[in-house]
Amino acid sequence: MTTAPASNLLARLGRFIAELPGAPMALVERVIGTSRMAYVFILPNILFFGLFVFLPIGIDIYYSFTGGTALFPSQRPGVGGLQYHYLADCKNFYDPSSCREDYFWRGMWTSLKFTLIQVSVMVLVSLATALVLNMKIRARGFFRAVYFFPVLLSPVVVALVWKWILQPQGLLNAAIVGMGGQPILFLADAGWAMFWAIFVSVWAHTGFYTLILLAGLQAIPRDIYEAADMDGTRPLRQLVRLTLPLLWPNLLVVLVLVTIRGVQTFDEVFALTGGGPGTATMMIVQYIYTTAFASQVPDYGLAAAASVVLGLLLLVLTLTQLWLTRRRGAT
Amino acid sequence: MMSPLALLRQRRNPGRIGFSDVLAYIYLAVGVFLMFGPVVWLVLSSFKTRSNLDEFPPTFLPLAQQSVAVKGYDSKLPLYNVTMPDGSKRVLAQVRRIGVISQLVDPAAPQTIIKVNMDKRTALRHLGLDWHNYEHPLRHFNFGRYLWNSVFVTVVATLVTLLINSMAAYALSIHEFRGKNFFLVAVIATLMVPITIILVPVFVVVNEIGLDNSLWAVILPGAATPTGVFLLRQYMLTMPRELIEAARMDKASEWQIYARIVMPLALPALAVLTIFSVMWRWNEFLWPLVVLSKSETYTLQIGLNAFQGDLQTQWNYLLAMTVVALIPIALVFVFLQRFITSGIANTGMK
Repeated sequence: MTTAPASNLLARLGRFIAELPGAPMALVERVIGTSRMAYVFILPNILFFGLFVFLPIGIDIYYSFTGGTALFPSQRPGVGGLQYHYLADCKNFYDPSSCREDYFWRGMWTSLKFTLIQVSVMVLVSLATALVLNMKIRARGFFRAVYFFPVLLSPVVVALVWKWILQPQGLLNAAIVGMGGQPILFLADAGWAMFWAIFVSVWAHTGFYTLILLAGLQAIPRDIYEAADMDGTRPLRQLVRLTLPLLWPNLLVVLVLVTIRGVQTFDEVFALTGGGPGTATMMIVQYIYTTAFASQVPDYGLAAAASVVLGLLLLVLTLTQLWLTRRRGAT
Repeated sequence: MMSPLALLRQRRNPGRIGFSDVLAYIYLAVGVFLMFGPVVWLVLSSFKTRSNLDEFPPTFLPLAQQSVAVKGYDSKLPLYNVTMPDGSKRVLAQVRRIGVISQLVDPAAPQTIIKVNMDKRTALRHLGLDWHNYEHPLRHFNFGRYLWNSVFVTVVATLVTLLINSMAAYALSIHEFRGKNFFLVAVIATLMVPITIILVPVFVVVNEIGLDNSLWAVILPGAATPTGVFLLRQYMLTMPRELIEAARMDKASEWQIYARIVMPLALPALAVLTIFSVMWRWNEFLWPLVVLSKSETYTLQIGLNAFQGDLQTQWNYLLAMTVVALIPIALVFVFLQRFITSGIANTGMK
């Protein structure tokens, strides 16, 4: 143990604070009995979960059936299924501009597009990195850390790091001009903005999934590969026939996790593009945020209805994940 | 010392370097460049002067104009390499510039003013870190305030998180009681309810309690976390029961057992939760964005985002403040990376 005076003092301070509730808690224990003390210990957590998770789910559903602009539940008139009706009011579901709430549908389609591309890129990059890191390479810890560290960065920092590189006078444009090209306004072009939104979110999160896949790879027994080597199996065949099937459960988990997170994407993309240019990178969470908190007339009811739709979508995805993990446990 | 080349050639399994090894190292080298490069570029840029930042193409390192005190002039004068009409080169200090004509003096003989065309001179610069980018926004914009708010939220929220989650974990691991399974399932269920789908109602609850626009509105909603409960519970389940039984025999109260026996033993798990909580809170964005609408309650992340949204983005300040937002995370990463990765491997969460 360290005997540094500073840490000693800190430990003593911590102990002192920890003893403070001792007397009242002992009194409570004497009144209700030791066996019921568990409820006292769990009470704060239940209060927090109740107040900030379970109660809000109820309010969310209630709000989605009310209208008006008032914030407090008692001042909101019930409107039945009108909010859902607004959301679903479309002449042609494939064309957002034919919808009453065109931004909702734009957000949905953009989320879908973003998620599909991002999931495939993310899984491929993470898998490639995990496979490389699982090879007999030097300084594996260092390289793993290199891929992992952006996971810890805040979305705003991630966005600003890249915005600085992508800006019209930025590093990337300097390179393009240096090679004789014309500078590109990356974030003012719909296609490029989407490209960079996906690129940046893969950059920021691939380390996390790499870690999960690497753990899976390292759990594969070495002797299987030795046996394959003895049989003279080529490396590519080993990858396709041995590694990928054995890694499949981990891959599935990663696939579903990336999908769940992809549907909820907001932070980095919002800080990077603000949803623009126009609505090119505005996704469903940003629609909810804007509708309820960032528009002239806040429409809590409509935002709540959109939240419920998103919640149901996520529920389906999460149940898929649970089902997949359960099945993995069974086999 | 081994030469770098020998170091590269050495492998765990001695043998010839195959094609796949070369590819692997190329992949990793590109990775280092792509992952580290942008952040290095950000840090380098944050030390550049405004005019250095405006240059295109940009300079790699932060360069500062060299200047010199000249007799007869109150402020320091910038130095230039000047090509004289006769072709010779001199280092002169610029007094003023009128149109394209630059008026310069020799620092050694400041009486005579030499006039040359602007394009005949180049600024004399040296590697220089400009701390002004860091100082100014902390003093004159609200960034000092944002920084303090972020520190406050991170520290207090982490303490609250540690306390209430460890209490719940204690009850759920050491005790048997009616409804225990119900609570466990309820805690798991909260995993499925991300803040993104309950933005509006949590905002309503926070407003009803009267916490709107206070830092407590950021701190409290995320304080109870299923990740925290499970991380601590799994750890507490492995503790020897005899210890707790013995303490009960000695008539120790439940709080004493929790505070004096279980908590000290759970320090490793508490440390992991502390790291996670600090990261979550320092980086939190969407919820503070919703709930904090007054500038004086902004956290650093929200302040940064608001600042970048201004029409005339002052990149020099923005870059420096981004680096400030990055520092705690960089420290956590350098010193505690192992705990984080093993924590993720154990819980599958971040």
